[in-house]
Amino acid sequence: MPHAPRLLPAGDSAIVVEYGDGIDLALNARVRLLHRALGARQHAGIVETVPTYRSLMVHYDPIVLSREAIEHLIAETAERLPEETREPGRTVEIPVTYGGAAGPDLADVAAFAGLKEGQVVELHASGDYTVFMLGFMPGFPYLGGLPQRIATPRLDTPRTLVPAGSVGIAGAQTGIYPSESPGGWRLIGRTPVTLFDPRRSPPALLEAGDRVRFVPVTPADCEAIARDAAAERFRPPVRQRSAGR
Amino acid sequence: MTAIEVLDGGLLTTVQDLGRFGSQQYGVPVSGAMDVWALRAANRLVGNDEGAAALEVTLAGPVLRFDGPGVVAVTGGDLGPCLDGRPMALWQAVGVSAGTELSFSGVRDGLRAYLGVGGGIDVPLVLGSRSTLLKARFGGFMGRALAAGDRVPTAPCAAWQDVAGRRLPREIVPEYGHAHAVRVILGPQDDAFTDEGVRTFLSESYTLSSQSDRVGCRLTGPRITHRRGADIVSDGTAFGAVQVSGDGLPIVLMADRGTTGGYTKIATVVGADLPRLAQAAPGDRVTFIRTGLDEAQALLRSARALLDRIRRDAPWREPAAGVFDEDTGAPLAAPAYAALAGALALPRGTATARTNTVRAAMPGLVVSVFVSAGDAVAAGQPLLVLEAMKMQNPVRAPRGGRVSRMIVAAGARVEGGAALVEIEDAEARRD
Repeated sequence: MPHAPRLLPAGDSAIVVEYGDGIDLALNARVRLLHRALGARQHAGIVETVPTYRSLMVHYDPIVLSREAIEHLIAETAERLPEETREPGRTVEIPVTYGGAAGPDLADVAAFAGLKEGQVVELHASGDYTVFMLGFMPGFPYLGGLPQRIATPRLDTPRTLVPAGSVGIAGAQTGIYPSESPGGWRLIGRTPVTLFDPRRSPPALLEAGDRVRFVPVTPADCEAIARDAAAERFRPPVRQRSAGR
Repeated sequence: MTAIEVLDGGLLTTVQDLGRFGSQQYGVPVSGAMDVWALRAANRLVGNDEGAAALEVTLAGPVLRFDGPGVVAVTGGDLGPCLDGRPMALWQAVGVSAGTELSFSGVRDGLRAYLGVGGGIDVPLVLGSRSTLLKARFGGFMGRALAAGDRVPTAPCAAWQDVAGRRLPREIVPEYGHAHAVRVILGPQDDAFTDEGVRTFLSESYTLSSQSDRVGCRLTGPRITHRRGADIVSDGTAFGAVQVSGDGLPIVLMADRGTTGGYTKIATVVGADLPRLAQAAPGDRVTFIRTGLDEAQALLRSARALLDRIRRDAPWREPAAGVFDEDTGAPLAAPAYAALAGALALPRGTATARTNTVRAAMPGLVVSVFVSAGDAVAAGQPLLVLEAMKMQNPVRAPRGGRVSRMIVAAGARVEGGAALVEIEDAEARRD
């Protein structure tokens, strides 16, 4: 029986359901199990639930659901979660052009790791990544599973402008900027894929729990994909994964 | 009315509703009105659903022209609204005709006003909401603040004549002032702070920084000390979360906050007090008062219930003529009751610097009481209603603090000068 989560108040309309305080695949998967289980109940008083690395934020309407009722609902749902933390899901392949103007920090990452640029690309593209959560900006995936060898600290001074599609490294994590933004991650490449579009449903390409693989492409391929993506002719390949894989 | 023409966009005028829910799991901020209570009130006044889209006006208001007859209401901060150059009553549904111009003469109280329009602002729904998310440039009117030349569509409103003249009872109209005592619930990461840090947070006074925006109210003041640093593994963020990063200064996360954050959150401002913070202007003082979850939820229910009084109360009888001309739809003289209300609640002869005794300015009947001993009150908050000269007059807290003694109860007849309420100064509790 997995240990019961801690319920922490986040004001009068939200509760943090905390499973731990680390970055851990199994812990992260439990958070998503609870996210889905509460979502499936479609309880009127639950406004929405937001899965993060180690906890689930439950936003609720205290006019509809009393404190006792929401705490009971969460505790009861958490108790009934299956022990199995593996989940069905998808693997999404993201084309990336590495280095050059698209990845201005690739050389620094290579120097930090004591590797050649090509080896960094090979390692980054060999990783089997999991989306721990989306946050920071609409559609931004925090990906776990970066090969330890190429973990690199953030920039000391963040860039004022990171182009949309930039693929970056921050510590042991990698991520993709869906839109132009300031940012401090080390940029090693860029994808032409649209990661966020508010007109789509769901609006984000990725969701928490998805697996991601990066596929190196040439700058010319990247441009072609960008044109197709703009014309809605390209969607990244998605493979369904069954539970228990 | 089919549209609002924008002659001048003002400082920051955006379309907002109650917010965009259901997409935080994709990293999409909730956004929505900063002062949700004022938005709900504006919509109720003009006969809309509480969640209809309205315009949020910030500090320096826009100049707008209505293209047809309809009903509008301005709530929230008093930014000096005028219809065709004449002062317009706040918290009241007012009829307008084709070509009527709404302008704002300048801030008198608060920071953000809400323009509710019968039928609501009719921009497309994006992810279930009409709110503008400025940073991501979507939602609202083309994902941005209004600018001169825009034509903002409004939805049809059949029965606008029925609601014109509707108003919020005067005694529950908020006044914001410049000292804001807001209640908080500690957590979720209060255990990341030293006892001293928590004490500092709950006893010191903070100043709202000019860096504040729709994302957060940034505060300057005494630093709040952590036990072991400010970084946490990122988790979710609630409206009103008080985040304290490495510099030890609190930021209250507001409508456009990111969905997740990697800094400790010492407490969360209760929903009933968030509107007050949304109306705080740079330079204003903010103090935090600890309360409990059950109390906070009861406060929120009471705050919502106050909105019901818009429907139940008969229109307020002004000593002067009505403020709404039914023939032309034009507004008449604005009520000048603020001065009257001020004259009726004179803080005077306080025994010590620590306690303010609020006294009746004239003989009257206490018809209702809104606070009880132990309650935190903000400057301008209504304490009770005193009926005198055939008028119901709100008696307000002269400054922020805590009610230390309720001297009268509802139903009491009082003489002029009688002590009504004692308020312990927020300053005093810091010693």
